[in-house]
Amino acid sequence: MAEVTTTAELMDYDEAMERFDPVLGLEVHVELNTASKMFCGCSTAFGADPNTQTCPVCLGLPGSLPVVNGTAVESAIRIGLALNCEVATWCRFSRKNYFYPDMPKDYQVSQYDEPICFDGHVDLEVNGDVFRIEIERVHMEEDAGKLVHQGGDTGRIHGADHSLVDYNRAGVPLMEIVTKPIRGLGTRAPEVGRAYMAHLRDLMVALGVSHARMEQGNLRCDANVSLMPKGSDELGTRTETKNVNSLRSVEGALRFEIQRQGALLAEGGRVVQETRHWHEEGWTSPGRSKETAEDYRYFPEPDLVPVAPSREWVEQLRASLPEPPASKRTRLQAEYGFTDLQMRDVLGNAGSLDLIEATVLAGSSAAAARKWWLGELARRANDAGVDLADLTITPQQVAAVQALVDEGSLNDKLARQVIEGVLAGEGEPAQVVADRGLAVVSDEGALSQAVDEAIAANPDVAERIREGKVQAAGALIGAVMKAMRGQADAARVRELILQKLS
Amino acid sequence: MSQAHDILTSSAAGLVAAMEAGTWSCEQITRTHLDQIEALNPHVNSYLAVDAERALATARSIDARRAGGEKLGPLAGVPIAVKDLLCYAGLPTTAGSRILEGWMPPYDSTVVERLVAADLVILGKTNLDEFAMGSSTETSAYGTSRNPWDLDRVPGGSGGGSSSSVAAFMAPLAIGTDTGGSIRQPASVTGTVGVKPTYGGVSRYGIIAMASSLDQAGPCARTVEDAALLHEVIGGHDPRDSTSIDQPLPDVVAAARHGDVAGMRIGVVTELGGEGYAPGVEQRFTEAVALLREAGAEIVEVSCPHFVHAMAAYYLIMPAEVSSNLARFDAMRYGLRVGDDGENSTEDVMRASRGAGFGAEVKRRIMLGTYALSSGYYDAYYGSAQKVRTLIVRDFEAAFEACDVLISPSTPTTAFKIGERIDDPLAMYKADLCTIPSNLAGNASGSFPIGLAPEDGLPVGLQVMAPPMADDRVYRVGAAIERFLEQQWGRSMMAMAPRLEHSLLDDQGGN
Repeated sequence: MAEVTTTAELMDYDEAMERFDPVLGLEVHVELNTASKMFCGCSTAFGADPNTQTCPVCLGLPGSLPVVNGTAVESAIRIGLALNCEVATWCRFSRKNYFYPDMPKDYQVSQYDEPICFDGHVDLEVNGDVFRIEIERVHMEEDAGKLVHQGGDTGRIHGADHSLVDYNRAGVPLMEIVTKPIRGLGTRAPEVGRAYMAHLRDLMVALGVSHARMEQGNLRCDANVSLMPKGSDELGTRTETKNVNSLRSVEGALRFEIQRQGALLAEGGRVVQETRHWHEEGWTSPGRSKETAEDYRYFPEPDLVPVAPSREWVEQLRASLPEPPASKRTRLQAEYGFTDLQMRDVLGNAGSLDLIEATVLAGSSAAAARKWWLGELARRANDAGVDLADLTITPQQVAAVQALVDEGSLNDKLARQVIEGVLAGEGEPAQVVADRGLAVVSDEGALSQAVDEAIAANPDVAERIREGKVQAAGALIGAVMKAMRGQADAARVRELILQKLS
Repeated sequence: MSQAHDILTSSAAGLVAAMEAGTWSCEQITRTHLDQIEALNPHVNSYLAVDAERALATARSIDARRAGGEKLGPLAGVPIAVKDLLCYAGLPTTAGSRILEGWMPPYDSTVVERLVAADLVILGKTNLDEFAMGSSTETSAYGTSRNPWDLDRVPGGSGGGSSSSVAAFMAPLAIGTDTGGSIRQPASVTGTVGVKPTYGGVSRYGIIAMASSLDQAGPCARTVEDAALLHEVIGGHDPRDSTSIDQPLPDVVAAARHGDVAGMRIGVVTELGGEGYAPGVEQRFTEAVALLREAGAEIVEVSCPHFVHAMAAYYLIMPAEVSSNLARFDAMRYGLRVGDDGENSTEDVMRASRGAGFGAEVKRRIMLGTYALSSGYYDAYYGSAQKVRTLIVRDFEAAFEACDVLISPSTPTTAFKIGERIDDPLAMYKADLCTIPSNLAGNASGSFPIGLAPEDGLPVGLQVMAPPMADDRVYRVGAAIERFLEQQWGRSMMAMAPRLEHSLLDDQGGN
């Protein structure tokens, strides 16, 4: 049953942009990184065996009651503040009622008409232009369990003969960040949508409130798109493409829907208000169409008391907000003297700016920190298929290696071996140096002898150097380094050779 | 027999004194109650499950600890019955419903935890209307409990299993829950004491929810002091219930021991009387008011004009919460499952299971509540009902400015006949006319026996309502009326109750 391609007709993107103005609405779910769930003490750790992180509360057993996770409320407020939102003085949770086996209580505890944060905005800089995205609300809710459909080809419910439910995820805290309708982006709409997601991802990391791993579903976007004919003020019918889980996909889904809706409207057709699925190959398909609008029968959750954050607390949280990612980037580029090209490389390597910053704070120069993280370490991360931040070496250790280089104890080649040792779990850099015997030989006697031997073994080369052909010293340095098995400071070797042959 | 009689008719406080004096052992007391249950439960149907083995084991360990000189709590060793709405691991919890038949909760409710920690001996689980929805136990999937004063009559509801177990001397104490009167109305019609504490005064954790904003567990007993002792054991803050009040409990035990109304201002609520109230109920209530006045209380008439709308508001708010709270009984993880034939969809199985598992009254309330919360109707129904609720809270606040407590009959009539109202929901709902306002407002409220109605010889109850967290005032007035009446009668209310173990056994002997 898996569809392989779309049958939708698409309008040329540029033509669509000549005829229509797109209006976007982005709803982003952020899974928080709190240690425990939204309403109980169960762990939220990813990847545990199914249904091992559950209790009467998150299983919705008869008689159980929820208790609000204070850290999740704090995270929600910090997210709201970082998005320039108002913070409610008083708000409640509501129940969203619907029957589905992944909801243990057959209702989701969420927020409805009283979100904790509302009316914010964020200014995005996209290739030199600034776009303001208005934020409608940030609200708290609990995640549902995870259904695993068995017996079908696609892993989807269609065609499956039975389904299993894992409630480990049930009750994990989710924040939903909803924009107001975003107009006036014109042809830049997909690009700005992508930049908005990237901004949220960086912000969550900077705030430390979410792991923000899009591939693990920590950040999930529902992208709403509609088209208005140029010159019209009337909003068109929107579609909602669910669970778009990468930056590239957000851009792709927005672009695809603009082209698809454009073709429909141009032919005098009608856009159906529906949810759609995103396919990684670059297209969307209609989701389960609902004959009637679902009535969730929201009402205030009677098992929970209202949340009323004091103004003092909110101001404390505001004062402790980290620097916004965009201004941090600008500041560090200036401080470190990176060129625009270098900065683009840094930003293109997820997480590298924070690692470089930490390495500099640990004593390294910015140039050396950049060289290590974007060079040797990026290569090793790439080989291992992990993120830079997941390498088993800390910025402090990288700075320690660089310090050994700076004091002349290590040359570049040896430093790479030390890093290899640290990554292999052999201990701190100093430990690796000692255990592997990697220090540069600074015994002048041994070095001097090796130089004398190299001169004696290569009389022709020595003669040319004596005649002033200093560049010929390279051959002798190579011979000495070989004799010393690399553990010599090449600069010092060169000095000795020139000294002896002058 | 006379020793068994003494044990069974003793108050909980009396049992503890006897155990401390070495007169009776806990095992003896427990065994006597288990024997009484064995003899009477087939006739009264108070208990749905009896936990004889665990009760006796607990009793023996309490005896050993007491013999070892350990200082035990004020209710240690007292047997107790628990409404089958509270989770207690090791026994099934049914909520009186077919849909939960055989379900074994894997955890204990906070109330049960506190009973166990205070060394009470849990005898078993008592019958109730299905999911506590009813005033007679007739909606229970497991049969109707009987009123010990007249086995053809209801013991009240939903807590009729608890009230009848205490009234038939099958337990000196019981736990009830009260959403619209389910502790007080059964107490009233069985001549026993029942108190609905301030909302948030007793943890709801582990009690199967009917209507979360109204539900409250509380004590059932034969004496005011016993009720207060039990209230003290189960009450107090619980971090697992967000709506639990983080304040010390008022000293209900002292209030129950020193019941004195001299100087108190007691308000008689105009709207809770008159048409629809049985003559005998009105008569006994008027006499009780006179007694309180003689004892030095100042009696004032108080109007709470919005109480007339309490029933209507209650029958929107309660079903709305019910419709959501009972959604989880969907056959997916526990309870009855019907129609799972490999062909039916998940939704089909949910629908079939709920259709088969829920009784008519539960379905009626789920439908009412679903409708009341529906888009387009929410403001007119649920929204308006919440506004009425606020007006009722204000009525109480104004009344408590003028009075220390408010009083009324607990329920408009004495116990009605089994079958008399089951086909007339509105007539059934009227049993909670006097009790519902305190659930909507969340204040403390109790029912105390004030004699028998002359026309039918059945018990009448006095309802005492106090402001939130002033539960002690409820006990103060209850203890005073108990003392004056016992002085007047020369015996306690329950001493007038029929002794079923004699009459039933005699009847059987005669057959």
